[in-house]
Amino acid sequence: MSRTIIVNILRFISLVFIQVFLLKNITLYNLSTPYLYILFILLLPFETPNILLFTLAFILGLTIDAFYDTPGLHTTACVLLALVRILFISITVQKDGFDNEPEPTLSIMGFRWFFTYALILTLFHHFFLFNLEVFRFSEIQYTITRVVLSSLFTVFLILVSGLLFYKSKERK
Amino acid sequence: MRNLLIFISKYNAFFLFIIFEVSALVIYVKYNSFQKATFINSTNKITSNLYAQADQLKSYISLREVNDSLARENAMLRNQLKSSFYIDSVSKHKITDTVYKQQYQFIEAAVINNSINHRNNYLTINKGSHAGIEKGMGVICGQGVVGKVVLVSEYMSVVQSVLHKETRISAMLADHKDIGSFIWGGDLDARKGLLVDVANNAQPRLGEKVVTTEYSLFPSGIPIGKVSNLHTKEGGSSLNMEVELAVDFGKLQYVNVVINKLAKEQLALEGQEKKDE
Repeated sequence: MSRTIIVNILRFISLVFIQVFLLKNITLYNLSTPYLYILFILLLPFETPNILLFTLAFILGLTIDAFYDTPGLHTTACVLLALVRILFISITVQKDGFDNEPEPTLSIMGFRWFFTYALILTLFHHFFLFNLEVFRFSEIQYTITRVVLSSLFTVFLILVSGLLFYKSKERK
Repeated sequence: MRNLLIFISKYNAFFLFIIFEVSALVIYVKYNSFQKATFINSTNKITSNLYAQADQLKSYISLREVNDSLARENAMLRNQLKSSFYIDSVSKHKITDTVYKQQYQFIEAAVINNSINHRNNYLTINKGSHAGIEKGMGVICGQGVVGKVVLVSEYMSVVQSVLHKETRISAMLADHKDIGSFIWGGDLDARKGLLVDVANNAQPRLGEKVVTTEYSLFPSGIPIGKVSNLHTKEGGSSLNMEVELAVDFGKLQYVNVVINKLAKEQLALEGQEKKDE
């Protein structure tokens, strides 16, 4: 239990640092901007209580906002992401499977499930984030393009990181 | 109450989402000037629309006052116009040619008063003795002869128009140089005059130009008009013909005053001749 907490704290810090100091400066053709920090919410254990999940999402969003100078923008998107995560997991994962599978990682859940999970959650998060940032329906076409391309970039990074920390022995 | 608590705890994710999302949005809207502005704009759209409609009604009622104030403002602006000021400086157009000694000088002036429908018509111009204008000088404009100066003050002059009972200008038919006198007819037509005392052997034709001669106040060749009718009732020993005036006196705006530099010499010489007789 304490190990899970330490791992998540480290993950939180490292993801925020990567996001703020590395990925913030990366933009492909002004269209694709990765937001890898959502991986922290994606990888929280299944047993996380809803109130803790929302609180962590809120704190994560505020932290990112503090660096991006956009108070509330990432917070709002992260809180929505937390809700989508709860709904997605409640639909796709059986409640009694928690003993064996503590975390929704790539190595535990398998590629197909994890890919769908990451893609859907990233799309929700990015769609909400970009549209809230633009706040204009007249630019919806350009915004949608940015959402799709940024989501692909983010999902790609999530999968890469999942493969980097792939532990084959945990899969039984 | 218990059921309600069970309901809330069952769907706690949704209620937690509502709480956190609302607080996040509050932070977002409160601290983000762009979204704030859009928020206020969209709410103001409704109120501003209502205001605009109410204002339309109000403005219709106060149209009279608005009209009066606009008229006052127009008058005030007109007072500031350049044209309401008297132009003190004088520009004389000089042609310097060593072959010829300059005889005529022209001073431009604006017509500030004009009449065409009296038996004797005068016009007032905005240049006077200050500009070098003297009594008896000829006045022309771009189209032709206008009249002669009869009264001069420091900054104003009164010009006796061609449309005058006493007008008698030495004129000739441009093609054949047949000399006559131009007078203004009795029918008060501002566009017609008469060329009288033309020699009988002259063969004027319709549309022939009538211009000034060297015997007049004006330089020779200044157009007066053109022949429009050869058969006028006053006949006798000479030919009379009707002349359509070149100048549209009703639309006269700017004129040139002709200064004949040799006029004094000519008059002095002619006066000497008379004395000798």
